[in-house]
Amino acid sequence: MKHTISVLLQNKPGVLSRVTGLFSGRGFNIESLCVAETLETGTSCLTVVSKGDDAIIEQIMKQLHKLIDVIKVTDITEQEYVEREMVLIRVKAESHTRAEVLRIIDIFRGKVVDVSAKSYAIELTGSASKIKAVIDILRPIGIKEIVRTGIIAMPRASKNK
Amino acid sequence: MGKITGSQAIVRCLEEEGVKIIFGYPGGAVLDLFDAIDQSDFVNVLVRHEQGAVHAADGLARVTGEVGVAILTSGPGATNGVTGIATAYMDSIPLVVLTGQVPRPLIGNDAFQEVDIVGITRPCTKHNYLVSELDDLVPVIREAFHIARSGRPGPVLVDLPKDLVASMLTYPEKKPIEMVSYQPTYQPHSRQIAKACKLIMKAKRPVLYVGGGVILSDADKELTELARKLDIPVTMTLMGLGAFPGNHELSMGMLGMHGTYTANMAVSECDLLISVGARFDDRVTGKLDDFATKAKIIHIDIDPTSISKNVKVDIPIVADCKIALTAMNSWFDAESDFSLKEEAARHAPWFKLIREWTEKHPLSYEEAGDIIKPQYVIEQFDRLTGGNAIITTEVGQNQMWAAQFYKFNQPRHFVTSGGLGTMGFGLPAAIGAQMAFPDKTVIDIAGDGSIQMNIQELATAKQYNCPVKIAILNNSYLGMVRQWQELFYDKRYASTTMDVVPDFVDLAKAFGAVGLRATTKDEVIPVIKEALATDNVVVMDFKIEKEEGVYPMVPAGKANTEMLLV
Ligand SMILES: Cc1ncc(C[n+]2csc(CCOP(=O)(O)OP(=O)(O)O)c2C)c(N)n1
Ligand SMILES: [Mg+2]
Repeated sequence: MKHTISVLLQNKPGVLSRVTGLFSGRGFNIESLCVAETLETGTSCLTVVSKGDDAIIEQIMKQLHKLIDVIKVTDITEQEYVEREMVLIRVKAESHTRAEVLRIIDIFRGKVVDVSAKSYAIELTGSASKIKAVIDILRPIGIKEIVRTGIIAMPRASKNK
Repeated sequence: MGKITGSQAIVRCLEEEGVKIIFGYPGGAVLDLFDAIDQSDFVNVLVRHEQGAVHAADGLARVTGEVGVAILTSGPGATNGVTGIATAYMDSIPLVVLTGQVPRPLIGNDAFQEVDIVGITRPCTKHNYLVSELDDLVPVIREAFHIARSGRPGPVLVDLPKDLVASMLTYPEKKPIEMVSYQPTYQPHSRQIAKACKLIMKAKRPVLYVGGGVILSDADKELTELARKLDIPVTMTLMGLGAFPGNHELSMGMLGMHGTYTANMAVSECDLLISVGARFDDRVTGKLDDFATKAKIIHIDIDPTSISKNVKVDIPIVADCKIALTAMNSWFDAESDFSLKEEAARHAPWFKLIREWTEKHPLSYEEAGDIIKPQYVIEQFDRLTGGNAIITTEVGQNQMWAAQFYKFNQPRHFVTSGGLGTMGFGLPAAIGAQMAFPDKTVIDIAGDGSIQMNIQELATAKQYNCPVKIAILNNSYLGMVRQWQELFYDKRYASTTMDVVPDFVDLAKAFGAVGLRATTKDEVIPVIKEALATDNVVVMDFKIEKEEGVYPMVPAGKANTEMLLV
C-alpha cells in the first residue's frame, strides 16, 4: 500500500542525501519526494510517498527517525489528511482542439500559464487522483511535456481545533 | 580569555572528553593538528596504515567502553579508514574519527588529496560532519562524542578543513548538549516490563538470547542476576560472548551458524525467547521462517529499528539493556507470587531435555594423533590463561574456533568483528586493547590469510611496547571459504590457497618480535607457555590440520535445526 510520510528535519547540509541514501541503501521505494523550509528557520518538512507492506513502512518510519537530523516522522496516511500535487502540462492545442482543451482545464480548475500557436502550458493542483484524471483525459489530445512537484500532505484538523 | 588555534581547541576538547590515547597517521591536511597533539599529554600512536588506526581505536573502545579516537589525513588517509569505520558501525562501537580536509576555498575543486569523506561514510557512520564554520568547531566535536557514546553507540566522523583548524578562536565554555532531534530512549515502559515478567513466570521452556547490547550497556551483572533468579538457560551471539559466564551451568554457549547443538535446538523448541541487546542477524536466525516458531518473543533493545526488523516480536521493549534488566529484577523481587523454587520445578523437564542435547552432541572435535587441531590450541589458551585473557580475532575459522572453545567469563574480553567480518581486524584491535590495559594478556587468534591483511602493525606493536601475542592457526588456506567450497562447491578450491606465504617466525624476527612455531601437538603447550612468559610481541605459528572444518554448521538459508555436525 502507498503511504505518505511527513518528516520534520533540521535543515543541515547533506540532510537530504541522508534521507535518500537511507531509501536506496535499504531498498525502500520512493514514489515522490518534496522538501522545503517550514516557518521555523532551520527546519524543513519533507514529504515522501512510498510503497510497502506494514512491516516495511514501520522500518521506514523507524529508520527515518533514527537519522540524527530528523525531528519527527508521521505517517499521514494513518489519519484523515489532505494531499495536493501541482503539475505543469504542455498540451497540444491546435485550431480544432484549442477550445476543447480550455473546457477540460476549466472543469478541473486549471489555469493557462503560457500560450503558443500550437500549445498551452497549464497549471493544475489537486489530489493524486485528480491529477491522474486530467492526464488521462489530455493524453489523447497530446501531452508534449509534463513536470510534477510530487505530493505534499497535511493531516486534517480534528473537529474541535 | 585569549585566542588559540583551531588545533589547540581540538586538543583541549579531546582532553575534556577524557581521551588519553589517540591512534593516527599524519599528512598535509592534519599537520597542524598533529603539531598541537605533539605538544599535549596524549599518547599518540603512529600506526602503519590508517585501517589499523581505526581498528586500534575500536579495540580500545571495546575493552574499555570509552570512545576510541583516530585521526587521519584527507584523501587516501580518510578512505583507508573506511573499512575500520564500517567495522565499528556494524558492531555499534563508539568512535570519533577526525579527518583532515582540504582548505574550505578548495572544497569541491578536485583539489590534491580531496575526497568527499562525509559523503563516502554517510551510510557507515552513526552521524558525520563537515565543519564549515569556525564557531562550530568545538560544539561539533562535543556533539560527536555525545552521539558516539549515547543511545546505540557508533562511530562519528568529523571532517576538518585545514584552514579552519589553523584559524584563531576563543575556546567556548562547555555547555550541556541539547539536541531536539536526538533523544535516545533509555527508560523502559513499566507496563511492558510487567507484561514481560508475567510472561516469563508462565514459561515452561524459556531461553535468554543475549547479544552485544548487553556488553555495550555494561549489563552483564543484571543479566546474570536475572538468569539465576529465574533459572533460565542462556545462549549468546558472537557479540554477546562474555555477557554471561561461559562456564556457568546455565550457559548453552553460542547460537547460530556455528552455534552449539544445544543452543540451536533450545531456541527452536523454547516457548519463550527473551532477546536482550541482540538483533536477529541472519547468521543467528538461519532460515527465518523456522526460527523460534514455538516461542513468544520478548525483545529488549535500545534501537527501535532492531525490533521487529527480521522477526515479529510479541513484547517490544525499547530501552537501555541495563535499565530494563534492573527493572525486571526489581519486579520479581517485589512479586510475592514468585519463587525460584517454583521456577526451577516448572523448568525441570526443560533442563532435562537441554542436558540430553548436550550429552548427545557436545561441542567437540576429533583427535588426530600428532597433528595439531585448532580447537585444541584454543582449549590450551583457555586453560593456560584461566579464561581471563583479552582475545581478539581475525575472521574465518580461527574466529569461530576462538568463539566456540575459549570460555569467556567476563564481558569486554572478546574483541571480534561480528557484523562486518573484517579480516585484518584482530592485530590492530589487539594493539588498541593492549594500549588500554598494558598489564593484561592480549591474544590475537589469527588465520594465515587474515594476519597478512594488517601485518604491518607488528611494527606499531613493537614501537609502543605492546606485548600482544599473535596465534596464527595456520592451515595454509583461506579456511572458512575453503570449507564452503568443500561443502557446496564439490571441493573446487578456487582462490583459497596461497602458494607464497611468509615464514611467520622469520617475519616476526624481522619486526623485532619473537617468532615461535608448533608443528606437532606436543609442541603446543610449550609454545603457548613460552609466549605468555615473553615480554615482547610474539607471533606463534601453529601448523594445524589443513582441512579441519568448523562444526556444528548451519548451511546458509537452512533452519538452525539442520546442523551439520562433527
Ligand atoms: C577483508 C575481507 N576480505 C574477504 C573476506 C572473506 N573471507 C571470510 S573468511 C576468509 C578466509 C580467512 O582465511 P584465514 O585468515 O586464513 O582464516 P581461516 O578461515 O583459515 O582460519 C575470507 C577470505 C573477509 N571476511 N574480509
Ligand atoms: Mg587459514
